Amino acid sequence: MLGKYAGYVIPAYVISALVIGALAADSLARARRWRAEVKKREQLLGREPDAP
Amino acid sequence: MITALANPQRFMALSRWLAPVLGAAAVALGSVGLGMGLNAPPDYQQGATVLIMFVHVPAAWLGMFAYACLAGSAFFGLVFRHSLADAAARAAAPLGAGFTLLALITGSLWGRPMWGAWWVWDARLTSELILFLFYVGYLALRAAIDDEAKADRAASILALVGAVNLPIVHYSVVWWNSLHQGESIFVKGGPLLAAVYLWPLALMGLAYTLGFGALWLVRIRAEVWRRRAGALAVQAAR
Repeated sequence: MLGKYAGYVIPAYVISALVIGALAADSLARARRWRAEVKKREQLLGREPDAP
Repeated sequence: MITALANPQRFMALSRWLAPVLGAAAVALGSVGLGMGLNAPPDYQQGATVLIMFVHVPAAWLGMFAYACLAGSAFFGLVFRHSLADAAARAAAPLGAGFTLLALITGSLWGRPMWGAWWVWDARLTSELILFLFYVGYLALRAAIDDEAKADRAASILALVGAVNLPIVHYSVVWWNSLHQGESIFVKGGPLLAAVYLWPLALMGLAYTLGFGALWLVRIRAEVWRRRAGALAVQAAR
C-alpha cells in the first residue's frame, strides 16, 4: 500500500507516536511527583492535605 | 470566565475532571481519524506520502496554537501578575516545542520525496524553525534564572516578542513565493482538499487540540503543585 514511500510515511507516524507519548508520560509523571511532594510536606507540617 | 478560573482552587477542581475527559475524547477522535486517514486512497500526485499530512498538519497547527496560548498566558501574567497565568505559560512551552519539532521532522520526511530535499530555506520552513527556537529560548531563559518572579517576567517578555512570528508563519506562503503548498483549508470558496482527506484531517486536528488541552491542564496542575511545594518548604524552614 505504501510502496516506495514506506520509508518516509512509517517513520513520520512512529516519531509522532513517540514524541506525543513522551509528552504525555512526562506531563503525568510531573503531576504525580509534585502532588506527592505537596502531600508529603503538608503531612510534615501537620496539616490536612488540600483538596483536590 | 478567565477571572473565575484565575482562582487556583476553582481551577484545580475543574481541571481534575476536565483533563481526563479531554484526553479520552482526544484518543477516541484520534482513533477514528487515524482509521479513516490510513484507509484514504493515495493522492494522484503525491502517492502514499499524503498520509503524512494527517500527522504533519495537526502538529504544525498545534505548534502555533500552543504558542498563542503561551503568549496569551504570558500577557496575563505580566499585566495581572497572576501566578496561575505564569504557570499556564510555563506549562504550554514544552508541549508547543514538542509539536513544533514534530511538524519540522514530519515536514522534512514529506519534503524529501516530494521536493527532493530534506530541508530548504523556504519562508514557511524558516519561520517554523524560528518558532521552535523561540520555544527553546523561552525554556532556556526560565531555566537560567533562579528567582521565580524574575524568570516569569523575563520569559513572558520573550514570549510576547516571539508572538510577532505567528502571523509570519501563517502568512509566509501568501507573502512570499514558497515551495511549501499554500493555504488549502480555510480558503474562499471552500476547502481545496477532497472530502476523503478533509474529514480525517479535521478529526486528527481536533484530536491533537483536545489532547493538547488535556496535557496542558495536567502540566498546569503539576506547576501549581510545584509552587505549592516550594511555599511549604519555605514555611517548614521558618
